[in-house]
Amino acid sequence: MRHTFVALVEDKPGVLNRVVSVFRRRTFNIESLAVGQTNQPGISRITIVVDSDKTEVDRIIPYMYKLINVIQVEDITYKPRVTRDLVMVKVNTTSENRSEIMKLADVFRAHIVDVASNSLIIEITGDEEKVNSFVDVLRPYGIIEMVRTGMVAMERGTETIFNNYFESQGFRMPVEFKFAS
Amino acid sequence: MKLSGAQILWECLEREGVEVVFGYPGGATLPIYDALDSSPIHHVLVRHEQGAVHMADGYARASGRIGVALATSGPGATNLITGIVTAFMDSSPVVCITGQVISPLIGYDAFQETDVTGITLPITKHNYLITDVHEIPSIVHEAFYIAGSGRPGPVLIDITKDAQQEVIEWEYEEMTVHLPGYRPDLSPRSNDLAYAVQMIRVAKRPVILVGQGVLTSGAMAEVFEFATQTQSPVASTLLGLGSFPANHPLYLGMMGMHGEAWVNQTIQNADLLLAFGMRFSDRVTGKISTFAPNAKKIHIDIDPSEINKNVTVDLGLVGDLKEILEKLLPQIESAEHAEWLSQIEGWKQDASVRDIKNMQENGHLHAAHVIHDIWRCTNGDALVVSDVGQNQMWTAQYYRHNQPYTAITSGGLGTMGFGLPAAIGAKFARPEKEVWIIAGDGGFQMTQSELSTIVQEGIKINIAIMNNGYLGMVRQWQEFFYENRYSSTPIISPDFAKIAEAHGLTGIRVTKREEVETAIRKAQSLPESVIIDFRVEKEDCVYPMVPSNAAIDSMIRRPVPQADHQK
Repeated sequence: MRHTFVALVEDKPGVLNRVVSVFRRRTFNIESLAVGQTNQPGISRITIVVDSDKTEVDRIIPYMYKLINVIQVEDITYKPRVTRDLVMVKVNTTSENRSEIMKLADVFRAHIVDVASNSLIIEITGDEEKVNSFVDVLRPYGIIEMVRTGMVAMERGTETIFNNYFESQGFRMPVEFKFAS
Repeated sequence: MKLSGAQILWECLEREGVEVVFGYPGGATLPIYDALDSSPIHHVLVRHEQGAVHMADGYARASGRIGVALATSGPGATNLITGIVTAFMDSSPVVCITGQVISPLIGYDAFQETDVTGITLPITKHNYLITDVHEIPSIVHEAFYIAGSGRPGPVLIDITKDAQQEVIEWEYEEMTVHLPGYRPDLSPRSNDLAYAVQMIRVAKRPVILVGQGVLTSGAMAEVFEFATQTQSPVASTLLGLGSFPANHPLYLGMMGMHGEAWVNQTIQNADLLLAFGMRFSDRVTGKISTFAPNAKKIHIDIDPSEINKNVTVDLGLVGDLKEILEKLLPQIESAEHAEWLSQIEGWKQDASVRDIKNMQENGHLHAAHVIHDIWRCTNGDALVVSDVGQNQMWTAQYYRHNQPYTAITSGGLGTMGFGLPAAIGAKFARPEKEVWIIAGDGGFQMTQSELSTIVQEGIKINIAIMNNGYLGMVRQWQEFFYENRYSSTPIISPDFAKIAEAHGLTGIRVTKREEVETAIRKAQSLPESVIIDFRVEKEDCVYPMVPSNAAIDSMIRRPVPQADHQK
C-alpha cells in the first residue's frame, strides 16, 4: 500500500534529515521525496511517498509530530488530491525516428526541451500513471538517462494543509516553563 | 557590556536557574572553562563524560529540575552518548553542552572533530549546532524550555570554539520561545473526559498503573485521591516507584517481568486499566496479545505518540496528568470494590510464602535480606539509586518507597554503571537526603572511577554492592534458558573494601546475615562515603520472572521452601 505524506516544516538546516530519520529508523524505503519552499516565509513543504504494508505506517504521523521542527503532517493517501511528478527523459534518436518520437511526445503533451544530433530531452509533467506510460512508450527507442523530481501532492478544493493548521493551532505557543513539584 | 560567547553562555545558564554543571574540560571547551571562574555556578569535575550525563540525569530525577552536562568535542562528546540515551529512554530533562572545533574546520576531519548533532539526532529530544555567538542566548533558552516541558528529554547544544571566543556587545533580555511545531500543552476533549468517567463508573475490577509520568507531572496527590476515592488498587512501573506510598493498603507493588505475582494477576483479571503516565513497555506487558485480556483501557499520557503504540487502548487522553485528574476527580463517584480487593488479598497471601525475607535463617546471605535491612535501617526514607540487573530488581521489590523522587534507576535503556554517577547527581540535587547506591559487582566496575569525584567533592553517599561474583541477571537467564551454560558471566572483582580505602573512604566487607545491620548502621554514622561489599548468595535468582514474550501471569516462581509451608 502506497502512502503519501505531506509535511510542513521549519526551513532550517538539518530538518530534512530529522524527518527522513523517522522513516529510516523504522526501515521504511522512501519511494519519492520532494522538498521546497512554500508561500509562507520560513516554512518548507515535504512530500514523501512510501510503499509499505507495515502497520507502523499509520503511526508515522505521531512520530513525526515528536520532531520539534515539524509543524503539520498529513497522510493524504485517502483524500481527493492532485499529484504531479516532473520527469526529464534523454532518449536516443536517429534521423528516421526523431519525428515519430516528437509526435508521441505531442500526444502525451510532453515538451521537447533539448535537441541534439542523436538524442532528445523530453519533459513531461503529470500524475504517476501518465508519466509511467510515457516512459514505457519511449523505452524501445533507448532511454539514455532519466530524472524525476518526485511526487508533489495537494488536496483538491479549498481545503489546505495550511488552513487546517492555522485554524486548529494558531501560531502561538505558551512560553512559561513547567517543572515537576 | 562586552562579553565573549563563553561568558554569555554561563550567564544564560545562570538565568535558567542552573546551580551545578557536571563536566570534563578539553580543547574545544577551553573558552567555556576559562569563563567559568566568574560564574557562581558550581562545576563538578567527573572522571568520564558518561558520568557527567548520568549525574545530570540523576540530578534531574531527584529534583525535577534540569540537569546540565558539559563535554568537549570529539571523544568528549561521544562519551556522552550512553548517558544521553539513558536520559532519552527515561524522559529525563538534561541539557548537554559540547564544544565543537572552530566553524571553518567543520567537515574537514579536524582534530577531535565529530558530527555530534548528527550522532545525537535520533537520541535527543532536539539538538542544536551554534556557529554564531549571537545565537547562544535564544538557543540556550529554547533548549531548556524543550528539555523541561511536555514529555521531558535530553537536548544537546554543540557550540563551536569560535562562537565561544567571539566578543560582542550584549545585555541579557527576557526571551520568548517561538516553536511553531512544538505542542507540549495538548489537552483532551471534554467528551472524552465524560467517556472516561462513564468507564470508571461501571468498572468492577479497576487497577491503576502508575508510571514516571505521575512524578513528572507532580500528580501524586491527585493519583492518591483518585485511588482512595474509587478504591482502586495501584500497581507501579519500575520508574513509577515512589509516586504512590508503598505502605498504603491500596498499593500493590511493581508490575511486569519481575513484578510481584499478585500484581500481574490483578492486571490480568482487571476489567479496567487506568494507565497514568506510563508507556506499556515490553517489560510491563509481556506478550501483548495476552496482556490484560478482560480490561478496558484508559491511557493518560502527555505524549500523543504513546497512545496505541504498544497496547491498543479504548480511550487515550493526551495531556498533563495532573490537569486531567483535576478535571476528572470532581466527576468521579466513590466506590468500594470490596470483593475485588479481597480477591487480590488472597493472591498476596499465596505469594508471601515464597518471599525470601520471610524465610528462616539458613546460613545464606541473600541480597534481598540486605536490601530489606537497608530499607529498615533508613526507615524507608532514603534516596535509593540502583544500578541495573538483579540488584535493581531486588531493590525495586524490597525497598518500599513512600516518598516520590526517591527511587532512581535506569529503566528503559538499562544502563549498567548508571548507579554511582546518578547518585552523585542526586546528592547535589538534594544534599539533605540520605543517599544509598545499590549496585552489583559488574555494573559498579563500569563507572567505579567516579569514586574520585565523590572524594574531590567531599560528598557523603553509602554504596552497597551486591557482590555475587557473576553478572547475575545474565547468569539467571543462562540458568533458565541456556541450560546453565554460564558463558562469560563469572566475574572477578577487586576487593571493594580496599578500593574504598584507596580513595580514602571506608570499606566494609559483609559475609554473614548477622553482620548486615551493623555494617549499615556504621555506614550511616560515618561522615565520609562508605562502600559495603556484601558477599551475597552466588547463584540466587530474581523471582518471580516472566519469560520474555510470555503472558505476565505465567511466571517462574521461587520454589516454595520444603519444610515449613504446605499451603
